[in-house]
Amino acid sequence: MTPWSAEVAVSLEIIQYPDERLKQVSAPVEIFDTELQHFVAELEKIMRAGPGGVGIAAPQVGYFQRIVIVDVSGMRKLPVDSSNNGCMLLINPEITEWNGMVMGREGCMSVPDFTGNVIRAEKVSFTAFDEQGKQHKFNSEGYEARAVQHEVDHLDGMLFLDRLVSRRTDLFKRKVSSR
Amino acid sequence: MSKHWYMITLVGKDRPGIVAHVTHALYDGGCHLGETSMIRLGTSFTMMMMVQYAGTTKALQKVLQSEVESLDLHLHIDHIEGGLHHHHQPDVRISIYGADRPGIVAHATGALTEAGLDILDLTSDVGGTEDAPIYIMHIEGCANEGVPALRSALDIIKKEGVETQLTPIDTLVG
Repeated sequence: MTPWSAEVAVSLEIIQYPDERLKQVSAPVEIFDTELQHFVAELEKIMRAGPGGVGIAAPQVGYFQRIVIVDVSGMRKLPVDSSNNGCMLLINPEITEWNGMVMGREGCMSVPDFTGNVIRAEKVSFTAFDEQGKQHKFNSEGYEARAVQHEVDHLDGMLFLDRLVSRRTDLFKRKVSSR
Repeated sequence: MSKHWYMITLVGKDRPGIVAHVTHALYDGGCHLGETSMIRLGTSFTMMMMVQYAGTTKALQKVLQSEVESLDLHLHIDHIEGGLHHHHQPDVRISIYGADRPGIVAHATGALTEAGLDILDLTSDVGGTEDAPIYIMHIEGCANEGVPALRSALDIIKKEGVETQLTPIDTLVG
């Protein structure tokens, strides 16, 4: 039996730090069935219900399976030079390439009333499975790449709080080109 | 007894261990810390702390008296409203730097305020050498009248011989 039965999925709600469960590593999805599809649909509803939420990870609702959804396409003010892949369901995502570094501001539905500066790769390449169990390759940059890295971190028990840099670190916009 | 919020300001010559000594005294005295800011400015230690405490201003002064005397600090205490969990999120980051001279902060913040900037955080440093100091200022705030208005203000500020950079802050919520 999968850990996301229909009965449980309807009661999904965001868990918030200091709930220690957010610090645990999630397990890979092994069964791609209709219950998984139902869970994904509910997860997306929770993401879209949050103010400004552009991504969500299953552990944020207390399900410790490697599932995230990222969709920056609906942002009111999508930053300039920021392309996107639309709504991405990423099951068992693996980031395979990181390029460049850039500072950006992050918040989290699991950490209310706080935002902070985090350095992320500017571009990432990654693979992930869809809900039918088929693997896909993706490339993301800019804001979407940031969102992917933020959500994948959740699967490893990492919050943006673990990656904060000092406010005074960023006297100038930093950009480090890839080698 | 109900608890009140106080803002404690401490200034003195910087030396290792001040934060540890002061906060330990506050903890032992039954205080609960809120948001704090500590920074070394020049060779001075400066610290502001929101502190929740059940007693009076005088009693709070007594809590810190021993540390203030032994560390040679200046202490100032204000009664405040508190107000945690009401952060304003900045949507713009501005850096300004140039050869140091009087008036950089006054002129820049004046023009930016007129253009609708609500400053949430401002820090500045003096770098370079004693002979040729440079002033570096970093601001985060809310562009209440939009980013173009701030860019126009920065264009005027640039004419005074400083470099400016404005970066919108697009906060990701994941």
